[in-house]
Amino acid sequence: MAAAAEHRLDPVAALKEAGLAGFVALMLAVPLAGLETVSAPGGLTINTRWDWVAIAVGSVFIGRLLLILWRERGRRRGGPTMDLGIAETLRTAMPILAAAGIAFAVLLPFLPFADRRVLDIGILVMTYIMLGWGLNIVVGLAGLLDLGYVAFYAVGAYSYALLAIHFDLSFWLCLPLAGALAAFFGYLLGFPVLRLRGDYLAIVTLGFGEIIRIILINWYDLTRGPDGISGIPRPSFFGLDFARSPPPDGHTFHTFFGLDFSPLHRIIFLYYLILVLALVTNAFTLRIRRLPVGRAWEALREDEIACRSLGINPRNTKLTAFTLGAMFAGFAGSFFATRQGFISPESFTFIESAIIVAIVVLGGMGSQIGVVVATLVLIAGPELIRELQEFRMLAFGGLMVMIMVWRPRGLLAFRDPTVRLHPPPRRRFGLGRGKAAETGAK
Amino acid sequence: MLSISGVHTFYGSIEALRGVDLEIKAGDIVSLIGANGAGKSTLLMTVCGKPRAARGRIVFDGEDITIKPTHEIIASGIAQSPEGRRIFPRMSVLENLQIGATTADPAHYDRDLERVYDLFPILKERSNQRGGTLSGGEQQMLAIGRALMSRPRLLLLDEPSLGLAPKVVQQIFRTIKEINEEQGVTVFLVEQNAYHALKLAHRAYVMVTGRISLSGSGADLLANPEVRAAYLEGGH
Repeated sequence: MAAAAEHRLDPVAALKEAGLAGFVALMLAVPLAGLETVSAPGGLTINTRWDWVAIAVGSVFIGRLLLILWRERGRRRGGPTMDLGIAETLRTAMPILAAAGIAFAVLLPFLPFADRRVLDIGILVMTYIMLGWGLNIVVGLAGLLDLGYVAFYAVGAYSYALLAIHFDLSFWLCLPLAGALAAFFGYLLGFPVLRLRGDYLAIVTLGFGEIIRIILINWYDLTRGPDGISGIPRPSFFGLDFARSPPPDGHTFHTFFGLDFSPLHRIIFLYYLILVLALVTNAFTLRIRRLPVGRAWEALREDEIACRSLGINPRNTKLTAFTLGAMFAGFAGSFFATRQGFISPESFTFIESAIIVAIVVLGGMGSQIGVVVATLVLIAGPELIRELQEFRMLAFGGLMVMIMVWRPRGLLAFRDPTVRLHPPPRRRFGLGRGKAAETGAK
Repeated sequence: MLSISGVHTFYGSIEALRGVDLEIKAGDIVSLIGANGAGKSTLLMTVCGKPRAARGRIVFDGEDITIKPTHEIIASGIAQSPEGRRIFPRMSVLENLQIGATTADPAHYDRDLERVYDLFPILKERSNQRGGTLSGGEQQMLAIGRALMSRPRLLLLDEPSLGLAPKVVQQIFRTIKEINEEQGVTVFLVEQNAYHALKLAHRAYVMVTGRISLSGSGADLLANPEVRAAYLEGGH
């Protein structure tokens, strides 16, 4: 095998490379793992943990060696065969995976391990999935990098809080109103940014997100500024509250259904509420992708000049994407407000926008299931690895680096066509032979 | 059908078109040839309103379209296969064609699709394949097919032979003729491949640095010694 001979592993070079990685690890590990501050009588003292440093450096060194070996093996086989294989398998398994995921999400509250903590993480994850799906319309489909998405989330949350407190409107009435208000703000932001592209669009949307937050802090009469709004009404189950003691002339949820009171009822209800909202977002996106406007979004992401030459009106197309994306953020925002019972501008900082964008980009732009997977990695991951204590963020960072190395275009980077003329012909070539396998239609 | 009179177009302070007059009669194939940078593509793009003509008038079927927005110009019956093809690489062939039908009446979508597949059977075979995986010639066919999906009366083609093998070029030009003769679509063709473009054309124009320097029937220009010396005898 000539190819194998060309790429024979050079042990000296490999050792050198691993040694260099080990050296970098040493420099990082001494301050990160080697020194520990301990409170002692008379102030903080510093303990040294050289054994930890040795473990870190050793594992990096050996890990690097293994990585080199793995890389050489891949090179010998030639090309990214494995990636295509995974993509192809995932593509066929996608509907099953999706159905299993939804079934799991529906059954989650009844599973034996579903305690308060699991359900809280579930609600948190579903909220971000919904935000990711909403932003996927703007970033994933229409290709407009929006770094201020949290502004619409905030508009939705404050709309619900203020409407519910001042006008005593129910959650189900406030929800569409909050969505409409957020959509209106999306429309407003859409106008000035229509002419911008790429980096410039990102900067302006980033600014918009900050403007909304600063308005929320400073417009004290309306928003009570940094104090936030508390006592936001909880949603009811078709008029039934989740309180322990029923009002004198009525029922609460548990008395109506003859259940024992449990604080979990409300949590489970909130969980299903956000699950339904998220699934509605998803169904909407899947449907609209097949309509002309959805196709125009994707076409606009691919090539704006070509779109123009085909008679697509880029202004209206971008505006619909911005407006609809903002609407779903508004829905999610009012859910957030009713779940928390308290909101303040603190909850709507830039980092939230960054996380949502990261979810969309990491999942693979435009991929609905990618958003779910990325949310599990980004939101549930750090929650579940709290046991790692101070190394949590380190592990998280390492995970991100690995994803960027192995799946640089997102976890699920392939795109499923919205229509097929006829069932794809059976592949005659094996996986991993260039175009044929990639498209499955040659 | 399309009359361009005294059109000037600028890129910033650079004058790309310096007063172009050009007439396209319904049912014709009209070719515009010229060297790199003469302003051929700019003229096509100016017809579509991007960039906009600074002076002059462009009239399509009796309607002044000089200052209309691009999507309205396209909706009025002009379609363009842009320079460099510009198909949507990540979308399937069928989706590319559907996007081409954006401005068309959905009622005759099925017939239009069938018509495009008849012209380019290879596109039907590849309909579920991603646009970016097609060969150069197939991508050009897709670009033309996509433009035809809007049922244009006037088809603008910008360098359809660019970067294609001679055999594929011949096939493309044969199809252009078919589109013109059998489907009655008026074609405005911008080409550097002067020989093919002139042979096909009912009427042809030569453009030099933003101005029309010569015009005549395709056969006349093909026989013209000036044209032969400047555009034909190097390559063919």
